[in-house]
Amino acid sequence: MGLAKRVIPCLDVDGGRVVKGINFVDIVDAGDPVEAARRYGDAGADELTFLDITASVDNRDTIYHVVEKVASEVFIPLTVGGGVRAVSDIRKLLNAGADKVSINTAAVHNPALVKEAADHVGSQCIVVAIDAKGVHREGETPRWEIFTHGGRKETGLDAIEWAIKMTELGAGELLVTSMDRDGTKSGFNLPLTRAIADAVSVPVIASGGVGTLEHLVEGVEQGGANAVLAASIFHFGEYTVSQAKQAMRDAGIEVRL
Amino acid sequence: MTTIAIVDYGMGNLRSVAKALEHVAPRARITVTSSATDIAAADRVVFPGQGAARDCMASLRSHNLIESIAGAFKNKPFLGICMGLQVLFELSDENDGVPCLGYVEGSVMRFERSAGEREFKIPHMGWNQVGQSVDHKLWNKIEDNSHFYFVHSFYVEPEDKEIVSGTTSYLVDFCSAIASHNIFATQFHPEKSAESGLQLLKNFSEWQPV
Repeated sequence: MGLAKRVIPCLDVDGGRVVKGINFVDIVDAGDPVEAARRYGDAGADELTFLDITASVDNRDTIYHVVEKVASEVFIPLTVGGGVRAVSDIRKLLNAGADKVSINTAAVHNPALVKEAADHVGSQCIVVAIDAKGVHREGETPRWEIFTHGGRKETGLDAIEWAIKMTELGAGELLVTSMDRDGTKSGFNLPLTRAIADAVSVPVIASGGVGTLEHLVEGVEQGGANAVLAASIFHFGEYTVSQAKQAMRDAGIEVRL
Repeated sequence: MTTIAIVDYGMGNLRSVAKALEHVAPRARITVTSSATDIAAADRVVFPGQGAARDCMASLRSHNLIESIAGAFKNKPFLGICMGLQVLFELSDENDGVPCLGYVEGSVMRFERSAGEREFKIPHMGWNQVGQSVDHKLWNKIEDNSHFYFVHSFYVEPEDKEIVSGTTSYLVDFCSAIASHNIFATQFHPEKSAESGLQLLKNFSEWQPV
């Protein structure tokens, strides 16, 4: 008996619609975020993460409507990320019904935003997304560095030091994504996840690279993650959230079934 | 028509609480309010809260709500949630000691972990089980040891163990819910706890304390 490890499906939202496809058996409109969220909630998802990937500023406001609608029908914690640049963005998302807001690129450009946000709305609402990639420069020890813009821009920041700094500024949780693994279906980057989980006192969510249910188990057992986030294995109907949790339980991990 | 007032003193996400109550009590009138008149007129009061104890107390004072809370606490079905449980106590360990409302004897303690307990992250965040220490109307149709959603770094320690209505294990066995007369208060967030949480809110909306 104890705190359950969480399973978090992640949905990409563009202009108010879920993209990248959701393949539920009897879903009417796979692009409707509310319907997708409801299905995941019914299947036992512990939380939901929405990533607003809308590129155009004109469409940005649609995410607030999505959050409002989802929050009035699905009663589990909801994290929203993407395009968060100022405390006012965070407030708007929380007022719309989000429980946590994930800050990514903006934290790199302006680390003070994390502190300002935590001071205003509380650390428990602030997730900092850490996108890291293995870097091996000649004459240097290999290490993980922070990348922005979907892994295209290097920052020179050491991922472990950055993780510690973010929690010192007030991040209540870290979402650790391995850019090397994202989309590969070859599993989480376990050494990276473990190194960050051991370095900080706040919960860590492992993300990027899940292809099998065994990967979720590894993320907890070897990566030391408190929660595992996955997108495609759930969207394309390869596995259900309840199968994922059953596999974790079979491996001896505490889950909420 | 029954009215449920959710006390708004600027601390936390009240929309979720309101939406969850609307979902389970469609015929009740749910108001999110910082008006003393509304709170006094309501049939039931929900007292939520998030953030730091000192900020919560300051915010209650600046909104002139302490008297209203005290009134509701005395005589109507009252549901405290998260910080709305903690500030009912006498003293919080937070920020080197914050005097709170003092309606319940006891204090609010910080989770402490030793070097060997590094896998226990703080805040205590996520779904954990709640053991039902007493038979209570608010536990109606909820299985013992059901999971509820928690986010907190502090926990309450009531002097009177008789009021403990739920316990949870994380680093220590702590009191995750209290019940006394017309009062029920939880450390977890029923509004974010899926079916079990909704059932608890439904039970609250129908509760007639004796």
